[in-house]
Amino acid sequence: MSETTQSGPMLSADGVPLKTSLARALRRQKIRALLLISPLLAFVLITFIIPIASMLFRSVGVLYLDMYRAVEAKAHTRLGSRLNYEQSGISSLFRTSGRKLEDVGEDFEDFFKDADSGMVKGPFWHGLMQGEGGEDLLNDRLGLLTDLTSLEASSDLGFTLSGETAALLPWAARAYADWALFTAIVDEDDVSKKKPWAGVYAALALDLADPATQSAVAAYSGSGAAELQAAVANIADMPATEFRAYFEDIDDKWVSGETWALLKVFGSQYTSGYFLNAVDMKLTPDGIEQRPDNERLYLKLFNRTLIMSMIITVSCILLGYPVAWLLANLPMRSANVLMILVLLPFWTSLLVRTSAWKVLLQQQGVINDIFVWLGFVADDARLVMMNNSTGTIIAMTHILLPFMILPLYSVMKTIPPSYLRAAKSLGATNWTAFWRVYFPQSVPGIGAGSILVFILAIGYYITPEIVGGTDGVFISNRIAYHISSSLNWGLAAALGTILLAVVMLLYWLYDRIVGIDNVKLGG
Amino acid sequence: MAKSSGGNAFVEFQHVQKSYDGETLVVKDLNLSMPKGEFLTMLGPSGSGKTTCLMMLAGFETATHGEIMLDGQPINNIPPHKRGIGMVFQNYALFPHMTVAENLAFPLEVRKMGKSEREEKVKRALDMVQMGAFGGRRPAQLSGGQQQRIALARALVFQPELVLMDEPLGALDKQLREHMQFEITRLAHDLGITVVYVTHDQTEALTMSDRVAVFNDGRIQQLAPPDELYEKPQNSFVAQFIGENNTLEGVIKSIDGDKCVVKLDSGDEIDARPVNVTKAGERTKVSIRPERVEFNKSRLQKGAHTLKAEVAEFIYMGDIFRFRLKVAGNNDFIVKTRNAPDAVRLTPGSQIEIGWLAEDCRALDAPACDERARHHFGLCLCREHDARQLGRCLSGQPDQGLFGSVHCREPRHHHHLGRKLG
Repeated sequence: MSETTQSGPMLSADGVPLKTSLARALRRQKIRALLLISPLLAFVLITFIIPIASMLFRSVGVLYLDMYRAVEAKAHTRLGSRLNYEQSGISSLFRTSGRKLEDVGEDFEDFFKDADSGMVKGPFWHGLMQGEGGEDLLNDRLGLLTDLTSLEASSDLGFTLSGETAALLPWAARAYADWALFTAIVDEDDVSKKKPWAGVYAALALDLADPATQSAVAAYSGSGAAELQAAVANIADMPATEFRAYFEDIDDKWVSGETWALLKVFGSQYTSGYFLNAVDMKLTPDGIEQRPDNERLYLKLFNRTLIMSMIITVSCILLGYPVAWLLANLPMRSANVLMILVLLPFWTSLLVRTSAWKVLLQQQGVINDIFVWLGFVADDARLVMMNNSTGTIIAMTHILLPFMILPLYSVMKTIPPSYLRAAKSLGATNWTAFWRVYFPQSVPGIGAGSILVFILAIGYYITPEIVGGTDGVFISNRIAYHISSSLNWGLAAALGTILLAVVMLLYWLYDRIVGIDNVKLGG
Repeated sequence: MAKSSGGNAFVEFQHVQKSYDGETLVVKDLNLSMPKGEFLTMLGPSGSGKTTCLMMLAGFETATHGEIMLDGQPINNIPPHKRGIGMVFQNYALFPHMTVAENLAFPLEVRKMGKSEREEKVKRALDMVQMGAFGGRRPAQLSGGQQQRIALARALVFQPELVLMDEPLGALDKQLREHMQFEITRLAHDLGITVVYVTHDQTEALTMSDRVAVFNDGRIQQLAPPDELYEKPQNSFVAQFIGENNTLEGVIKSIDGDKCVVKLDSGDEIDARPVNVTKAGERTKVSIRPERVEFNKSRLQKGAHTLKAEVAEFIYMGDIFRFRLKVAGNNDFIVKTRNAPDAVRLTPGSQIEIGWLAEDCRALDAPACDERARHHFGLCLCREHDARQLGRCLSGQPDQGLFGSVHCREPRHHHHLGRKLG
């Protein structure tokens, strides 16, 4: 009685506030519930959610790569083939350009060789670049290299960059650092002995073309000063450092906005390019726009997938409802036989069932033979029922039918026959009694069956692949293609994500219109 | 047995038979006619064919043979929805996806009645069962008694002349059931409708009906007003089924008009009224109600036979006293007396003499023990004990008597039985 008289919170027998002890009691229940599901939760997390999440991120990430290093690291072709999905021709552009960049560099190498033959030897470069103070630049380049090649940087490179040279010849120092790192880490060679790759000469030429650098070189007195000054003296003979012209020379695509827009779209860490592609759009310098008609594919496929899934769902309802009604209303013995017939497809392999439809539906198949024999169609005008959407709809309706019948049956089983009798005794005809009284009560079964069939249909892959031809394939066939054949995983992931979003949206719509409480799988 | 009277009969069964499997008859040659405005109850144990009769009348089952007439028209070939018969189902069968008002409007809607008229009728019907405020609710939000009222209102809203009720009060608790019994009879009387009511509860049948048809084994055993049914049962089944009853078995010694002498198996002789025995030498079962047994010799007729009895048990029940006696080999002979100022309280063990008026003791048939009857009457009347569990032999020895042996021996069930009609 004391609990009711005191003004504070209600206390339990041991003086703890009632709410606290209730929460404690409930917490134990919650923990037990969590423990019960934890094996499954762990399994799902490890095998399913995490890989899927990482797949999804692939659809939004491509690195912007430094072209030159990329060539040497053979990464440019990888990037090229990846971007090739977005714009055909990029791949070959990257590959041929990569080869020609070498030629451009060799022009400069020849110039330096003429100026002083020592300049094209390893010791000159090593002497020029070796020093202290350039660690920042070196580490910077090291980071880029490891990103590109996914190699581990070893602690001993046998080379340190001179800060003085880096200040004097910034481009050359950068290019040399790249080369040195590449040589030391990838080729595992001695940096001091080898002559750098041609690109370094191009970088040096770029530095020396600057009048400010020329005068600085004149004042420079460190290792290799003589060679540099000789080169400056012959500066008039140096090929022009107009790299734009060189690139234009290699391929005029390099000076078109499109290529650079493409690099920009896919260049950042995250890109919307795959998603835009998945809905037949692209990002141009003028903003997002639709692809040309002949390049549109995915919206059509999404559309077809949705519409055909709906057709399949509706035909499953039409075919399954009477069967379920029979099942629910026949005497037990006949109902059991019928139930086995319904379940029989479940015990047969999906592939076998689909292949059976192939045998039945083809133009020289059983159904056409019967039609011809019965005289419904002429022998030379056999119906095309396969390798188009008709084939997909027929085969998938058959395969998914049990998923409609079973929930319908279990709901109908719970509707007592007295409702129909009551309706009839109140003056309703058979049809009115069915439509006004029986049907509304079976709607939860239709809802459950429809959700099952529709969601299974929308992601179906094997059956459309086998009997669908080109007209009857679904978006999932395209996803499978990108995953296993074209290896454009980014696009596949984007398509899959959109499909998932569409299904969620439909589910939400269904909940709004029909109400998810109106879905019953039984009882 | 009821005879088809023709003439002003509103509902009439003529030689109706029904079989589900083609081998056994569930309803055997049923003849029944009832005038307009009557409240008729079909009473019987489960499986006796009463619900089948109701379903045939409603049109959900077809008669295998015979004719059912409604208001002079044969209705065998009329589908249920054209019969215009209101029906209240055992579990109400209120449509769960409609509100109460929609449920009530349903029969009017299918009759293509205008909206305003519909609403008015629904309102009137709801008021009639005092549920006016519940029109917007769903059946699942109502209690059992409320659902019952709605089911009743729905069966009445389209003003049928005939209403069928299939054990409508079976799911209600005792108090509510008694209230609804009253309510239903009042409504039926006020509206002047004809009601066919099916139940297995004899109290319900006796209190509500104008006439009761007692069903057993596919036949009407007796069709009579409640008082006649109780006081003048036509056969041992009815005597046993309605109310509490003592039975003694014997052979007719002599018959003289409406009096006869029965020689019991114990050798004693008693006076009785011959009901369906015709000549001396026939086996019979005499039936006497516990409240008609007399201890006081002075109240008996001169020359009346008496029996020696030993008091086995005395139960005080407030308004009545109840004794269990050992009489002529029957250890379950029940006697009841009113707790009047001059009532005697007999102590167990005392020897007394009992007797009765010849007209209260009815000499009935002694039916053969058949398998079906045994099946139905395997139950003790208190409906809690299976007679077979009581260890009684119910095997097919006609002279052993079947119905006499289904009384419960347990005192607490005597108690129970005493309440039943109390």
